[in-house]
Amino acid sequence: MVNKEWPLWEVFIRSKQGLNHKHVGSLRAADAEMAVDNARDVYTRRSEGISIWVVESNSIHASHPSEADSLFEPSHSKVYRHPTFYEVPDGIEHM
Amino acid sequence: MKELDIQELERRFQEKIDNDIKIEPNDWMPDNYRQTLIRQISQHAHSEIVGMLPEGNWITRAPNLRRKAVLLAKVQDEAGHGLYLYSATETLGADREDTIDDLHSGKAKYSSIFNYPTVSWADMGAIGWLVDGAAIMNQVPLCRCSYGPYARAMVRVCKEESFHQRQGFEIMVQLANGAPEQKAMAQDALNRFWWPSLMMFGPNDAESKHTAQSMKWKIKRHTNDELRQQMVDITVPQIEILGLVVPDKDIKWNEETGHYDYGEIDWNEFWNVVKGNGPCNKERVDARRIAKENGMWVREAANAHAIKRAARKAS
Ligand SMILES: [Fe+2]
Ligand SMILES: [Fe+2]
Repeated sequence: MVNKEWPLWEVFIRSKQGLNHKHVGSLRAADAEMAVDNARDVYTRRSEGISIWVVESNSIHASHPSEADSLFEPSHSKVYRHPTFYEVPDGIEHM
Repeated sequence: MKELDIQELERRFQEKIDNDIKIEPNDWMPDNYRQTLIRQISQHAHSEIVGMLPEGNWITRAPNLRRKAVLLAKVQDEAGHGLYLYSATETLGADREDTIDDLHSGKAKYSSIFNYPTVSWADMGAIGWLVDGAAIMNQVPLCRCSYGPYARAMVRVCKEESFHQRQGFEIMVQLANGAPEQKAMAQDALNRFWWPSLMMFGPNDAESKHTAQSMKWKIKRHTNDELRQQMVDITVPQIEILGLVVPDKDIKWNEETGHYDYGEIDWNEFWNVVKGNGPCNKERVDARRIAKENGMWVREAANAHAIKRAARKAS
């Protein structure tokens, strides 16, 4: 077992307090703790982050591009979900 | 849903590219596009990693602590660039170890510039200034490459590259304004790295067999000769500011074209180095192979450590 290739990890960095962790790339490491250490060396050498998440790549489940139409098409026709759909008479403020 | 035939898939693919919509890893792509990218990105990754060797040669002999810290930081950046790029090849389904083994067997190429020796400290200046300068010129348009992960890696790389060129130029400025011996060192480094730097852009457009397709796919945005001309135009005035001499007797400003004319590149030398007969080809590839073989215990130790740590947590 010691001979196997290190697994692949996806790296997410929070650049500053108050912002989401954002995907920045991937790397290989033998376990999660080493993945965090490696991510620190590779992705935060210029103060790019204050917090790191690593997720093993094969734990990520993604939607498939071929499903994009059925997943995302329905929302295109629902313009009434946006405030610009509604008419507001002239002179109305704070709305 | 009806099965789409391949022509229709290809048409949609090209339409996306024409509309500047990025291609992402799970999207359908023509096999040739995938293979072209794997070849190009892995060569690029190898160049970053092999490129650490000529500079690594001077880390222990940097003239002072500041220079040493800077060179160390630069070489460490190049390792990071290699990693971003190997990761990008993995998104295309390439096996990381296979691509690295292709480098070691001589099947995969890397930038020929790294097959030249670094014989003096001034070479650290010339490399940062000219070699990283040429690399930046190649990489900036790649930030708009059609393949998302490659483009994103290039954005990161370009951000990090800008200090590489400046630290090199700073070394050249100091040497060029120093003692006559120092100025001679700077000129000598320029003499040796000038032509190989221009070769970094690859063969002339007429000889470059992949250019047309790569431009259609927006993997490439400028031809080799366009980028090379840009490099000459930008660098010649910098050489003049340094008070050094362009090592090309044909260099001349052309009022009509608005560019510098420059002499013929020695393409025999270029192809000879590409084919493996440069001054350091064998040394570079050997160094990489030995690093993998001798570093194998580190990989195994990390795996053993991970297993132990997991067992400790479970108990
Ligand atoms: Fe680099
Ligand atoms: Fe660099």
